[in-house]
Formats: sequence, structure tokens, C-alpha cells
Amino acid sequence: MGDAAENLDMGEETQIRPFTMNFGPQHPAAHGVLRLVLEMEGEIIERADPHIGLLHRGTEKLIEYKTYVQAVPYFDRLDYVAPMNQEHAFALATEKLLGITPPKRAQYIRVLFCEIGRVLNHIMNITTFALDVGAITPALWGFEEREKGMEFYERVCGARLHANYFRPGGVHQDMPEGLADDILQWCEDLPNFLGDIDNLLTNNRIFKQRTVDIGVASAEEAMDWGFTGPMLRGSNVAWDLRKSQPYDVYEEMEFDIPVGKTGDCYARYLVRMAEMYESIKIMKQAIEKMPEGPIKMNDYKVSPPPRAEMKTSMEALIHHFKLYTEGYHVPAGETYTAVEAPKGEFGVYLVSDGSNRPYRCRIRAPGFAHLQALEFLSKGHQLADTVSNIGSLDIVFGEIDR
Amino acid sequence: MPGEGIKDLAEFIIEKLDDVSLGFEFVQDELIINVKPEGVCKTLQFLRDNKECSCQVLIDICGVDYPDRPERFEVIYQLLSMRQNHRVRVKVAVAEDVLVPTATGIFSSAGWYEREVWDMYGVMFEGNPDLRRILTDYGFEGHPQRKDFPLTGYVELRYDEELKRVVYEPVTLTQDFRSFDYLSPWEGMTDVQLPGDEKGAKPEFGWKDSKAG
Repeated sequence: MGDAAENLDMGEETQIRPFTMNFGPQHPAAHGVLRLVLEMEGEIIERADPHIGLLHRGTEKLIEYKTYVQAVPYFDRLDYVAPMNQEHAFALATEKLLGITPPKRAQYIRVLFCEIGRVLNHIMNITTFALDVGAITPALWGFEEREKGMEFYERVCGARLHANYFRPGGVHQDMPEGLADDILQWCEDLPNFLGDIDNLLTNNRIFKQRTVDIGVASAEEAMDWGFTGPMLRGSNVAWDLRKSQPYDVYEEMEFDIPVGKTGDCYARYLVRMAEMYESIKIMKQAIEKMPEGPIKMNDYKVSPPPRAEMKTSMEALIHHFKLYTEGYHVPAGETYTAVEAPKGEFGVYLVSDGSNRPYRCRIRAPGFAHLQALEFLSKGHQLADTVSNIGSLDIVFGEIDR
Repeated sequence: MPGEGIKDLAEFIIEKLDDVSLGFEFVQDELIINVKPEGVCKTLQFLRDNKECSCQVLIDICGVDYPDRPERFEVIYQLLSMRQNHRVRVKVAVAEDVLVPTATGIFSSAGWYEREVWDMYGVMFEGNPDLRRILTDYGFEGHPQRKDFPLTGYVELRYDEELKRVVYEPVTLTQDFRSFDYLSPWEGMTDVQLPGDEKGAKPEFGWKDSKAG
């Protein structure tokens, strides 16, 4: 630019157009398919315009054409880092419209696996965030630990990612023998791993230089931009749906809500770290208190009958057939049901017209609101700080684009 | 049953917003306030600033399409109060050509939500400074979440080896899109005419001729 600038007549009135830069859609720090159009004055961001939708699959439209049972797997494919938390919202919404409550054991299993999902998500976010700002080791260590968590997913439902495990009316199948003990053992080991990550990052000079005072949002600003989850708690708002509007058996769990004081990228990192320790507490309690008993509704209109029974009972066979073809009819009505997913409030606005398919299934993804605020967080910062911001937003395009 | 507190709140809100509201209702114990399109801003402003309501967070805006109604679309605002720990849902019914005033002046988070409703349903928001499409492709036509938009869409794209670029073409399906009517499982495929069906007699009930349109 040097030579060209010297040749130009640079009078005081000369307007210099800001430099426009494309960031992504193929960029390792974009966490997926984010295309970010940046307008910059030198190194300073003046405008950040995220172009999303590159992963849009029309989930909401597809669900309108599926029965309620067939809709569950779509939720795994939203936030694929913590799939079961998404299913939870849909299961709760459907149960609310049906007016049913799953058995206690199912509720405990759900809470247990939601917390495993939260740990999986936070490990993923913290380590890739660290990777974005220049630390490779946490990612190498973190993914090994994450694999252990996903093995629990695999053992309980047969899939590491696309679980399809939380169904309206309970969970699909009971936990296999020995799984609870192994999870308990993992809960014992996990603090060691978290301690390692803590040692690597929390007081790391480079990490702090890249995150402290970057992307600050005050409590009012966070609410104004629709932040939820760790993004909001990082801004010193003690709000957690698991506490304030408890669902399933969260009421019976004892845990604290960590909050950050400063509302910057570093505070959000600290909140996520602290939340994992709380999740470990909840997992331990869930395993301890978990009662014996059925894991899904005994009502064969909602839950399939056991396979053994189908071999001998004609009625069970008919129920099974009807359930997997026609599905069940959900009474007309509507509900907005939200859960505290690892990334924030994940809500499902379900409208039923009384048929066997949802009339409308709106999915409220936390990442959508968070990514919208990227411009507000990045304005006036340098280009490299945008990367920190994107990392701390914890975005996954599966849920933003839907 | 909805609690006494939220019922009182509903009556209080209706009283204060007498000129723009069309009443309230409880569905699944969740409070819904129906308002006229022109009263959206006033309602949201009131719900945010009033101490009793203090809904500081706009959680979501979404649309629902009811093609049979004269006011075809519903625009739904989900509000959350963290101080009072309650949720309020504001509903606006609008016809296809009616503009809804934007909420971006009240909640910053409204911007993208409104863009999505515009993209998916074609509801226009008056005053939104940046009402571009958000989720669909550059140059996309139509509003995919409308009930009359086909699930498969109208165009598909592929890479053309000769032109060395991606080209758009009308959707070709190797198999007709099948929408099974599970409600009457014995006549599950009534809306598809199979080859040879024209020779037989049409059943009196449940026959929908897909070829005739």
C-alpha cells in the first residue's frame, strides 16, 4: 500500500474506504462455516458482519413433516457437541403437551447425561478457544478426556454423537451394568484433568493477554443482546434455568452457579471452568440418588413395549407398529420449554394442532443470539481479538443455522 | 394451574395496555398477550421498563404460518424476566402485506430474529435497519417456512464441470416426494397415483389426484 499511497494526493478531505476483509467460511478459527465480513481501519475492526446460513438444513421445516418420535434425531444434529441437552428440550416440550411425567429413574439418567454433555461441551470450547489464541496442548489433552465422555454416550445408546436417547416419556433404554461405576470413577479423575488445564491456562501470561478485557459486555448489555448461559454469567448475572426454573430432578441437586465479574473473554473462560466442577457434583449426586425402576412411561401409546413382549403379545406388536408409523397424537396447544444447555438457553416452541406431527417447532438456539453480538463485542478491537471473541462465544453452526 | 401472581400480572398488563392489547390467555400455564401490530413497540417497551414486568431479555422472535386465516402470520415474541422469574409471550397476527414495527430500538437482540422471520416467512419489519435475508442462500427467492413452500424447494445446485462453476437447476426428484397419510394407515398413499391406477375405479373416500393438481 505504501507506494500507492504516496502517489495519491492525500489531502485532508480524502476519504479512505475501510479495508474489507473476508474471514472464513473456511478458517480454523471460525469454528465451522462462519463467513465474517470485516471492515477495518488498519488493524481496528469498524464493522463485523457475520454471514451465516451455510449449514442451514431446514430442521424446523423438516420437523413439521415428521412425527414426534422421528423429530428427536434432528436435535442431535443441532449442537453436535452436546447432543443430549438438545433432545432434552424437545422431550420436555412434548411431555408438557402430552401432560405426562417420565419415571424418576429416567429423569435422573437425563440429568446425569445432560451434565456429561455439559462437561463435553465445555472441554471442547475451552480447548479450542485456547487453540485459537495459540495454545495447542490443552486441545491435545482435552480431546482425550472428551473421548472418555463420549464413550459413556456410546455405552448408553450406541452412538458417540447422534444419540437419539432422550425420548418423550423417558429415555430409550436403561444404563448397562457397570456404567454408573465407571462414570463415578470418571468424576473422580476429572478434577485432575481440569487441574492440568487450569495450570496451563488460567495464569498463563499469553492466554491472559489475549483474553482479559477483550469483548467486554456489562450485565445490562448482555441482557439487551439476549445472552444466556455462561455468556450471561460471565457478566455477573447469576441466572441459571436449572436453579430458577428447574426441570426434571434438578430441584433435588445441590450445586452453585459460578459467575464472572468482568464480562470479558477471560471471565467467560473462568465460568466454564468452574461450571465443570459443578457438573461433577451433579453427576455424583445423580448417580448416588438414582432409584431403580422403569426408564420410560409404561404407556405403550407413547413408549414402545419391550421387545420380548412383542414376541408373544399381539397387542404389544400392534402398539409397536402404530407407534413407529403413525406415532402418537399430541393434544392441540403450544408451549415454550427451555433448558439450560451448555451454551445457554435452548428453547423449543412447539405448536401442536392435535395431529401426529408438530404444526410448528421453533428452535431457539443460544448461539444465534451470541453470534449476533459479535459486532458489538469486536468493534474497536484488533483483528486478532475477534478470534478471541469468536472462541469465547462458544458457537457451533449446527444450532445457529439449524 | 397458573399461579395467582402471574394472573394478576396478566390483568395488570392488559389494563395498562388497554388501547393496543386484544386480551390475554393461558395455554399450558404460559401467559400469552395478544396485541395489535401497531402496538408491538409500546407493549415491548412497557414489558421491559415496568417494574412489575421487568422483562429485560428478548429471548426469541418467531413466526407461525396459518394459511387459512385472513391474518395469515403470527409473530411471536418470547420475553423473559430474570428479576421476577417469569416468561411472557406476545403474539401479533398479521396479514401478508402488513408491516410490523421493529423492536430493534428496544432490544438489540431483535435484529437477527426479525431478519430470520423475514427470511422464513416474508413478514416485513418496518424500521429494521438491516432487513436482509439471513439463513438462506444469496439470491434465494421465496420464504421457505411458509406452509405452501414445498419441503424439497424449487432449485438445487451442482458443480458444472464445463462451466467450472456451481449452477442452479430446478429440483428433479428420482422418486416423487411422498407424504404418507398416517392418520388412515390403510389408505396411506392416497395422494400418489401409481401407474395403472387410472384404469381402476376411484375410491369414494380419500382420493387425491396428485397429477390433476
